[in-house]
Amino acid sequence: MLRPRIIPCLLIHKGGLVKTVNFKNPKYVGDPINAVKIFNEKEADELIVLDIDASVNNSEPNYRLISNLANECRMPISYGGGIKTAAQARKIISLGVEKIAISSAAIENSALITEIAEEIGRQSVVVVLDVKKRLFNRGYDVWINNAKYNTKHCVIELSRQLEELGAGEVVFNSIDLDGKMEGYDLLLAAQVRQSLGVPITILGGAGCLNDIEALLSCCGLVGAAAGSLFVFKGSYRAVLINYPSMSRRDELIGKVFCD
Amino acid sequence: MIHIIDYGLGNVQAFLTMYKRLGFETTRARQSSDLNGAKKIILPGVGSFDNAIKLLNESGMQSTLSSLVLDDKIPVLGICVGMQILASRSDEGVLDGLGWIPGSVNAFNNNLNSTDFPLPHMGWNEVHSCAEHPLFVGLEKNAKFYFLHSYYFECELNSNNAATSYYGIKFSSAVSSRNVYGVQFHPEKSHTFGAQLLKNFAEL
Repeated sequence: MLRPRIIPCLLIHKGGLVKTVNFKNPKYVGDPINAVKIFNEKEADELIVLDIDASVNNSEPNYRLISNLANECRMPISYGGGIKTAAQARKIISLGVEKIAISSAAIENSALITEIAEEIGRQSVVVVLDVKKRLFNRGYDVWINNAKYNTKHCVIELSRQLEELGAGEVVFNSIDLDGKMEGYDLLLAAQVRQSLGVPITILGGAGCLNDIEALLSCCGLVGAAAGSLFVFKGSYRAVLINYPSMSRRDELIGKVFCD
Repeated sequence: MIHIIDYGLGNVQAFLTMYKRLGFETTRARQSSDLNGAKKIILPGVGSFDNAIKLLNESGMQSTLSSLVLDDKIPVLGICVGMQILASRSDEGVLDGLGWIPGSVNAFNNNLNSTDFPLPHMGWNEVHSCAEHPLFVGLEKNAKFYFLHSYYFECELNSNNAATSYYGIKFSSAVSSRNVYGVQFHPEKSHTFGAQLLKNFAEL
């Protein structure tokens, strides 16, 4: 049986690892390479690493950092931040990264996804959509540039288009729930799960393993990604990189899929 | 010495790093002369079938590689698309494969309902090895590997199936024929399971 993926999402800001709340107030939580070493030991399913400065500063991806991360990482890794061309995507793959993630650039220039998919294969093209609830629960908008600009695109329509154009995976990142640790937006998850034929990953809101269990019970085979959950411990949000053991994951998956 | 073929596709660095950690010597082969004295060869690959074949031809290594594998019987391990190009043909392209293991590469989407089985097949799946296969020593039970693909290998001969996995259908997740081996998953990114498999290959 294919197992659902439980994915730590690491944010890079000014070279350090940070965690945000509602995409704001990045709190320094450590060194990215050190975090990768810990996730190696814990045998994490895969990692998402997002450089949250690159697109905003309009800078090139930090190839040295990517190379160092990929070298250290013993699990698959998706890297996002500052990728605007197929040549950049190819270079990042050659550094030892399995998947590249694009967000703002893919929405501003949708032809880019097709170009990158032709270059590296669609299985390695991840689109990350930052989404925010519309007023009065009328669906969700997709925002770009670290939640500073509302594209007003409906998340369902846009994700379907991007899938059509060549995305091999779509990550839905909730701006409202980022860093809140109060559970995933299951309504959003269920809607997007139904509307796409590529693997999806839900990010934003997980505060404990029960939240992951609730997501899997609701949506079946999806990726469950989390930031705060895997870098903080306890109600005072003490920094402690953590991840469930293989047997704990077996137990969780068994409970959801075999009962 | 294990030679990792670098033809511009795939994660060569991950193999170098993994084998270094396991204590085996490796080298990157970029041109035909780099293959001199190879005792084991790894053929990685990411992307599409035709692109892999095209780049391998352009690298100038293909004829040396073929003679090492077919005449000198040097063990070779194809990974992901590097495994798929061992077949004769693929649904994904029009070019001929290497044809070292008789079979074809087929698209999952002809056989699967994408709501239940999103494609690509992405993530950790179980791999069930055939009895006493040398690549899977120590991996007979509960072995899980990371997959990332939309096409799968179908062997012409059942005897070339080294391991199977299930994703809507049962498919060959590892193939072998004499000194030619291929795995659909990524052992270089599959933690201790992958390390064990790469060690087994190195010790063949």
